[in-house]
Order: sequence, then structure tokens, then C-alpha cells
Amino acid sequence: MSRHNFAYFAREGAYNMFSHGFMSFAAIGITVACLLIMGTFTLVAVNANAMLEDMESTNQMLAFVDESLTEEEARALEDDLLAVPNVRAVTFISNAQAAEEFRARYEDEELFQGLPDDNFRHRFAIELVDIGYMSETREAIEAVPGIGEGNVNAYEDEAAGFITLRNVAGVVCVVLIAVLLVVSVFIIANTIKLTTFDRRDEIAIMKMVGATNGFIRWPFVYEGFLIGLFSAVIGFFLQWGLYEAVARSVASNDTINLINVVPFQDLWGYVALIFAAAGMVIGVGGSLSAIRRFLLV
Amino acid sequence: MIRLTDVVKEYPNGVHALNGLTMEIQDGEFVFMVGPSGSGKSTVIKVLIGEVEPTQGRVMVNGFSLRNIKERQIPLLRRTVGVIFQDFRLIEHKSVYDNMVFAMRAVGAGPKEIKKRIPYCLDLVGLANKSRRLPSELSGGEQQRVAIARALLNNPSTIIADEPTGNLDPARSLEIMRLLERINALGTTVLVVTHEKDLVERFDKRVVMLERGRVVSDGIGYYGRRAKAQ
Repeated sequence: MSRHNFAYFAREGAYNMFSHGFMSFAAIGITVACLLIMGTFTLVAVNANAMLEDMESTNQMLAFVDESLTEEEARALEDDLLAVPNVRAVTFISNAQAAEEFRARYEDEELFQGLPDDNFRHRFAIELVDIGYMSETREAIEAVPGIGEGNVNAYEDEAAGFITLRNVAGVVCVVLIAVLLVVSVFIIANTIKLTTFDRRDEIAIMKMVGATNGFIRWPFVYEGFLIGLFSAVIGFFLQWGLYEAVARSVASNDTINLINVVPFQDLWGYVALIFAAAGMVIGVGGSLSAIRRFLLV
Repeated sequence: MIRLTDVVKEYPNGVHALNGLTMEIQDGEFVFMVGPSGSGKSTVIKVLIGEVEPTQGRVMVNGFSLRNIKERQIPLLRRTVGVIFQDFRLIEHKSVYDNMVFAMRAVGAGPKEIKKRIPYCLDLVGLANKSRRLPSELSGGEQQRVAIARALLNNPSTIIADEPTGNLDPARSLEIMRLLERINALGTTVLVVTHEKDLVERFDKRVVMLERGRVVSDGIGYYGRRAKAQ
């Protein structure tokens, strides 16, 4: 593409967008609405995922140390446990600490208060990187000398529940975003088709004098690109405002303030990138789809 | 040169627009094509500019063979043929000059070429002083002259005019025909499709008459009074 053609396409694209003000406004409005719906849903999914991760990290395994080992020997197992794949962190709990926690938990039960520390075993609380591999990790921990088979409490059913929930949420999120993207392209295509319909005579003249389809398409591509870009910028700031408002109302609500909303500062880069990409895909895709029919002469 | 040999065009709805049409137009010729409605005149134009593909037969236009012409070659063909329509087909919100720029830009012409060519073409049709006017500020005859100037912009070797005087009064029609005659004198092949008998008879030019998709007469003077042998 030559320099003057590039400048011409860009100028025509911008001119077309502003000269068909109402239709451009409608196209931008619809794209912003689609981006907001997609963005809101994605951000809800991101927050749900973050909450799941938090819950996952509290899902610990307990590895009980062989009774024949002293506290020093038991503590020495920490490095071996940390070397097991998929283990993120281990915390040693001595039998005295375990007994104390037990007694504190049952402080109303007089019978338990007299239990000696020796009735409890030294143990490690183990956090995993991915609870999806809980079963394999349990087996590897059981193979560590000083732990032994059957001495690991792993809540595999709960872990499987978390994984199912995360997978279902992920699939639903991807499917909904894909559907919304297709719907947005369709709506934008139809909106731009109306503006293109206004200009069918111009397209026919261009075809008649020997313009190539590529040459005719470019100004529409630029127009779609600009519509997408404007929509992305407007959508981004509206999404930001909306997110902050929801985050504030969650924080100030007594019932739901336990939910940790991910700060927008941690997400804005991704949101901006996704909005820009989605806006341009919707704008350019819609333009190309709209003009296709008018090029068949 | 334009050559159609045994051309048949059947539309998907079953209409046979052309039924073995054969004709030839040499470079530099001025030809009227006449015939009643439904005789196939419009289809001939569509075939010549690559808008429809013939069902059978061979078509050559300025070196392009139109049977199975590749999609990407059609713009190149159209740059060798300037087309003028009855309804002028000017962009109403652009000035005369901008209409011309639009047509030149569409084929990728650069600013220098545009600045040089547009005044020349407007001067040729006598509208150099009206380049800033909108089409709606011009008379029908002037609008058709703008359309002719636009058709000449890319220096085509052939001009095809589809009922160019259909919307004009007799005086303006004659003016347009004289202009086309002058363009032909400069070496451009001109094919004028019309049904205006009186106008055609004013010019001592070759007339090809179509009927039911075939050439029924071809010669100098209206309706082939001195017909060529077919």
C-alpha cells in the first residue's frame, strides 16, 4: 500500500465515520454495550476464580509423622516434603501444638482436657500447587521415609468438587464470551450494513471505474477500526466506573463484605487489552461482513 | 477492440437475454446499438464490463477474454472502458471536482496525476469553470458531461454509453452526442446504446440493431438501411 493510499484510506475512514454521525453513534453505542456485557461477565468470572483459588489454598493435606521419630527427627522431614512435586508449602505442627489446638477446639469437653501430648503425633500441614494432582501428591508424600502409607489425610472429594466448579465456570465463561462476540459482530455488521447501504452508489461507481475490492474495502476497514477503538476506550472507562461502584458497594455491605473483590488496578491492563482487541475485531469484522454483499457487482 | 462471437446469456431465472450474438467493433469506431426493450442491449453492456459472465461464446474487450475471466482481472478490464449511464451516477454530496477525485482515487491515482488529469477532462467537456459546484447545482446536460469527463479520467480506450441522453431534452441530447463524437475523433472507441431514432439519424454512423438477443441489422444509418452482410 502506497503512502498516499494509506493516508487516503485513513482520511476516508474517519470522514465516513463522522459524516454518518448517527449510524456511527449507534454502532459505537451497541459495541460499547456488548463490550460492557462481555467485560462484566469476564470480571465476575475472574473474581469467582480468585475466590476459588483462595479456597483451594486453604484446602490442606495433613501428613502424620511416624510415632517412633523424635521432634527433631520429625522436623528434619520438612526438606524431604518440600522436595515432593506439587507441594507449595509445609508447616510443622508438633504433637504439643496439635494437642493444644485439639483441647482448645473441645474446651467444653472435660474428658478431652486431660489428654496427654503423647497421644498426638507430630504432623505437617501441606499446601499444594494444584489440587488437581492431590491423589498423586498424597502417594508421593506417603513414600517419604518417616511418613508411611495411610498416614496422610487428603480431602480428595472436596478437591474434586473445587476442580469441577472451576472447570464448569471456565467453560461457561468461554462459551458465553464466544457467543457474545459473535452476537456483537452480527449486530455491528447489520448497523454498518445500514451505513454501507447509504453508500452503495459510491461503491458501484468505484467498481465501475475499476477499483479493486481491496481498495473499496480499506476505508470501511478503517471506519470499523475507528468505531471499535472509540468503543473500546468508552467501554473501558465505563467498565472501570461500574467495577469500582460494585466493589465499593460490596465492601460497604454487611452481608457480602467477606467477598474479596480483586482491585481494578490489578486488572486494568488486561481489561484495556481485551477491550481494544475485542472492539477492533467487532468493528473490523462487522465492516468486512457488511460490505461483502455490495462488492458482488 | 470489442469482439463477441456466438454469445449466449441465460440468466438463472431462465431468461435468454442473448442468443448467439456476434459483432465486432474496431478500435476508434463510433457505433450506435439500438433495439426494443428486452432485445439484450443492457446485457451486452453488462457482459462487456464483466458484470455478468456469458453462458456460451467468446467475448474479447480491449485484449481481455471475458469467458472465465479471473475476478482480479475485472478491475483492470474496467479501467480500459469508461461507462456512462442515463442517470449520471454522480455522488450528490461531492462537488464536481471531488467526484472526479473520487473516481481517480478509486484506481489508485496519485495527487500529481489527479491535479493534471482532472482539469484536462473538465476542460474537454466544457465544465472547467464549474468544478466546485455540486451536481444538484448543474443542469441535466451538465451532469451528463461531468459523467463523461469522469469516464475519460483513466484514459480508457473505449467509452460505453448506456442511454446517455435518456434524461435530457433534444438540444442537450444533441450536445452530448456531439461531445461523444469529438471524443471519438480523439481516438477513443465509442459504443452508444440508445433508442432515440431521431438522434441516431442525425449522425452518419454505424448502427447495430438487436432483437431477441441477436444482431438483426448492422450498417451505416438507422436500423441498418445499408446493412452489412451478417
